[in-house]
Amino acid sequence: MSELLVPFAYDYMLKAMWVSALVGGMCAFLSAFLMLKGWSLMGDALAHSIVPGVAGAYLLGLPFAAGAFIAGLLAALGMAFVNQRTALREDAVIGLVFTAFFALGLLIVSINPTAVNVQAIVLGNILAISDWDALQVVVIAVVTLAILLLVWKDLAAMFFDAAHARSIGLPVARLRLLFFTLLAAATVAALQTVGACLVIAMVVTPGATAYLLTDRFERLLAIAVGIGIATSFLGAYASYFLDGATGGVIVTLQTLVFLAAFVLAPKHGLLARRRRAAEPTGRAP
Amino acid sequence: MLVATRARPSSRSAGKDGLAASLDVRHVTVTYPSGVKALDDATFALGPGTIAGLVGVNGSGKSTLFKAIMGFVRPSAGEVRIAGLSVAEALKRNLVAYVPQGEEVDWSFPVLVENVVMMGRYGRMGFLRIPSAADRAHVDAALERVGMSAYRKRQIGELSGGQRKRVFLARALAQQGLVILLDEPFTGVDVKTETEIIALLGELRQAGHLMLVSTHNLGSVPDFCDEVVLLKRTVLAAGPTATTFTEANLERTFGGVLRHFRLAGAKLHADDDARTVTVLTDDERPVVFYGEPKADTEPLSREKDDEAP
Repeated sequence: MSELLVPFAYDYMLKAMWVSALVGGMCAFLSAFLMLKGWSLMGDALAHSIVPGVAGAYLLGLPFAAGAFIAGLLAALGMAFVNQRTALREDAVIGLVFTAFFALGLLIVSINPTAVNVQAIVLGNILAISDWDALQVVVIAVVTLAILLLVWKDLAAMFFDAAHARSIGLPVARLRLLFFTLLAAATVAALQTVGACLVIAMVVTPGATAYLLTDRFERLLAIAVGIGIATSFLGAYASYFLDGATGGVIVTLQTLVFLAAFVLAPKHGLLARRRRAAEPTGRAP
Repeated sequence: MLVATRARPSSRSAGKDGLAASLDVRHVTVTYPSGVKALDDATFALGPGTIAGLVGVNGSGKSTLFKAIMGFVRPSAGEVRIAGLSVAEALKRNLVAYVPQGEEVDWSFPVLVENVVMMGRYGRMGFLRIPSAADRAHVDAALERVGMSAYRKRQIGELSGGQRKRVFLARALAQQGLVILLDEPFTGVDVKTETEIIALLGELRQAGHLMLVSTHNLGSVPDFCDEVVLLKRTVLAAGPTATTFTEANLERTFGGVLRHFRLAGAKLHADDDARTVTVLTDDERPVVFYGEPKADTEPLSREKDDEAP
């Protein structure tokens, strides 16, 4: 029994668990919007795009969050700009811009090998995170969550029906910019926790799972955030015993929860659908 | 001509703040960044207690006109005034309600019917959008009015096309907009729902609302529209249905796009009655004119003249 409590005896484990939980909750909140909008790959693109920002910041001795945030925002704006000015499809634009940024990041790191460990960026290093970096992540997560709690209804109204949102006087353009700013901030934080490769899971899987479990947006948010917090906390905790990369453990847990919902969800699950299909007098779903 | 005449209300105001519904489009020109001029010097004016039909082919600028009224596009020349106010001011006061066609709405979004209608109230709530008892009462009343109370806990995508339309109408009611824009409300809707929607629009007209309805359903225009606005890049004609919704004007509006049937002479009458039947349709419900052909009503498209459909 006491064996299971060992991680709680270490400061670095406690720090990793709480920071991961916070980041997981924040990313899950955003995931509810991202996956509904079909922008899931934006998360992946942003995560890779901030790599040169992180590398540049370490190189110049600036807070990593500042560099990452600027790079992420530039990438998002770059995508919007190219998208508007050319007839290229959105996926091509996203692919083009984020790989350009990621390549620049790798270039900076390879020229200055001492600046930052590539592996730490790509895979995350929450167990070895410094107090200063952890503080940055916590501030980002708290501010992002606070803003989301204030504006989530407006964001939902906008994503559901932008024309109506505008007609009732919501500042649609500013809300969209705010959303991408928050997303960039969240990926910066998640980068530290699970690494660039797995950020996309953090900003997609919890929302996708919750989508299978409810038809109400506020419940979807609550479920997604719950999943995000729980899996991230437990993932960090379990990574102590499994001796595996924290990001991998967290995302594996999220995937398991998703699979359970996929099969067992009361209304949209595989079994429920099959049961309904079998009923002779089955009503439309 | 089959134009229904209805008693118009004595232009009662539906608004608070002493505002009466009105829509004043003055010399509006909209040019898109691509250089396409979607609207060119469009001008018309509508007053309170009016149902106005907005008629034109696809690409005639109907949706651009809606966008200009809702402030999505800024006219490169001219201006739109709503209840005497600028568009921005009118939107701020929630005077404009929009009933979408539905293509741009995400039907898989996890919202219930009552959530959608509550969104109509957002503009009148505080910053955190926490509904008050009054907001809930408005939602209940709006759902009751469109006959969708029984469906309030359903996810929006589970509804039929007609039911979705009614929910969006309820959202417009809950919003208490003075000016209501309806984008193709009868597309994909059964006749019963269409009749119900038209009846509801009639009630709103009595309450002093101004409704601008874009439609391809030419046949129903004379049944429920007091006024029509005929659009083809610019406003070709605008005014009371009886004098504006004429065969000649429709020919100008649709110039060859419509199916056109004319029955006359021996095929229609046993005697030598000079009156003719003309059917215009773009494959929804057709509009039918019957009477003496006027000199200016010579059809531009003779695709199927003298042929029964």
